[in-house]
Amino acid sequence: MSATVMRAPAAQPLDRHRLLVLGLVWVILLLCPFWIPFIGGYTSLGTRILVLGLAAMSLNFLIGFTGIVSFGHAAYFGLGVYGCGLILRYVTASTPLGLVAGMLLGGLAGTIIGALITKRRGIYFAMVTIAFQQIFYFIAYKWNGLTGGFDGLRGFTRANINLGFANLDIIKNDYVFYYFVLFVFAIVAGVMGLILRSPFGRTLLAIRENERRARFLGINVERHIWLAFTISAIFIAIAGGLYALLNNFADPSSLYTDLSGELVIMCVLGGIRVFWGPLLGAAVYVVLQDWISSHTVNWMFFVGLIFVIVVMFFPRGLLGILRRRSEA
Amino acid sequence: MLQLILFNLFNGLIIGAFYVLVSLGLSMILNLSNVINFAHGNFLALGGYLAYVLIPYIGFWPSLLVAPLLTAVIGYLIEVSMISRIYGRDPIYSLLLTFGLAFMIQDACRYIWGVNGLPLTVPNNISQPLSQTYFFLNAYRLFLVAIVAVSVLGLFAFLRYSRMGMRIRAGILDLDTVSALGINVRRLRSLNFAFGIFLAGLAGVLAGGQIGLNPNMGDNLLLPSFVAIIVGGMGSLVGTLLGGLTIGVAAALTAVVWPAASDVVVYIIMAVVLLVRPRGFLGEEGMQ
Repeated sequence: MSATVMRAPAAQPLDRHRLLVLGLVWVILLLCPFWIPFIGGYTSLGTRILVLGLAAMSLNFLIGFTGIVSFGHAAYFGLGVYGCGLILRYVTASTPLGLVAGMLLGGLAGTIIGALITKRRGIYFAMVTIAFQQIFYFIAYKWNGLTGGFDGLRGFTRANINLGFANLDIIKNDYVFYYFVLFVFAIVAGVMGLILRSPFGRTLLAIRENERRARFLGINVERHIWLAFTISAIFIAIAGGLYALLNNFADPSSLYTDLSGELVIMCVLGGIRVFWGPLLGAAVYVVLQDWISSHTVNWMFFVGLIFVIVVMFFPRGLLGILRRRSEA
Repeated sequence: MLQLILFNLFNGLIIGAFYVLVSLGLSMILNLSNVINFAHGNFLALGGYLAYVLIPYIGFWPSLLVAPLLTAVIGYLIEVSMISRIYGRDPIYSLLLTFGLAFMIQDACRYIWGVNGLPLTVPNNISQPLSQTYFFLNAYRLFLVAIVAVSVLGLFAFLRYSRMGMRIRAGILDLDTVSALGINVRRLRSLNFAFGIFLAGLAGVLAGGQIGLNPNMGDNLLLPSFVAIIVGGMGSLVGTLLGGLTIGVAAALTAVVWPAASDVVVYIIMAVVLLVRPRGFLGEEGMQ
């Protein structure tokens, strides 16, 4: 097992190179509101990238580090969106409570669905996740009275956060909201990193590298995949909650197959074997899509073309290519 | 009440027939190439639109054959130029590739034929209701069920008795051995893909005559067809056939008592089947 695990990139010790990358990523993220106007962006675009990047990283916990492909993760993202939105709309105007509710809703659904599908692998796993996603889509779509149906859930806004000594104005101040999202992002990314470094995370890598060998070592593969699926669903549901706060709106498209596909392409575009890959993928994808859709009504064609080009010519993703070059 | 139930039962049969056509094609491609063709629903729409273009020139009946054939040719070219290059790689790539192709074909249809729906004209003599009481029975719908039945029988006969069908079945069981026996597996997969797309194109023409054409007409059929494959059992075409009919009829009967739930019930059935019999109706033990 040690040989298998040693080969896996994330298992290397936290050396100088890694610290440098980590420092660089955080400097870029912390200064984002200051540099993004210079490249033609705006603060809430940065927030959007951060939220979708977190979602893609959560999905990559499965794809890149457990080796199984879920093509239905928009379901848990969307449940996070609705969970947060419903609390803010009907129960109480509390941002943290909304996030927690979204996390629980998405996590619960992930736990249940995960238990049903752990025996499947490869393309069949992907297929079942796609199909299950539709349940939540149709519930959100048809339960008009609760969710607002096709038009989406309106009539809620994120609430300011009172820390006792200070009141965080995340409603009106885009900067403050960005840093609030970055704070949540940091916690989730930190927890994800810790899990991947723990024995449990190493076991997931072992399953990814060689499932049969892991099984021979006495690892309960099904249970590990179930847990990984659940954890990933919890993470992505938090991202969903942030998405609801960002838009002050929840609609069924946040549960739809198209978003699942977009999240997967973000992972691949950035590089699935690299922790920060999906974040970079999300940034590139969101900016490209923003640009394309402002230039042509047939943006879908060109977005599809991005998918095709990435698969045919850049299957390792941007960071995967970089890493390969630095190793060579 | 009986009339209402019969009406919905017949509707379910029609929807089920479409699920069967779409899911059989998907299933053939999935079994032999290990690829989920996300663009299947868009090939379906393409088939319908091609028929729309052809009908003024060659009439409805020849179009019913020519449009799916043209769709299959387009599918064949796409398979040879793109999809065949990613066989053997991680499934994530085939998913993303066909997903991107789905976007492209859908938008291309929208660009060429417009956002709004178009009618597909069916010959007058088969679109009249057959009787007043059973108004839902018209010749077109009966004919539609018949065409689907004939194609399904033809497909099974082809797979059972023809040389190529035998190779396809052998390839599903063990592609390496088939390849070692000197059969060009690459070509086999391409032709098999084209067969699947032919079925999608046929479904597109038939659906166009029933509900009209629009660029995303295949979307509503695609995902339930996944369910048909899962419920029927991966790797079994007969299973897919049963799965498609089951969910079609179940959805239609649910619509009688609780219309809002008719879309969800398909997925509930899937969850129950996965819980009680994970391999599906006729799936092989161990087939994932």
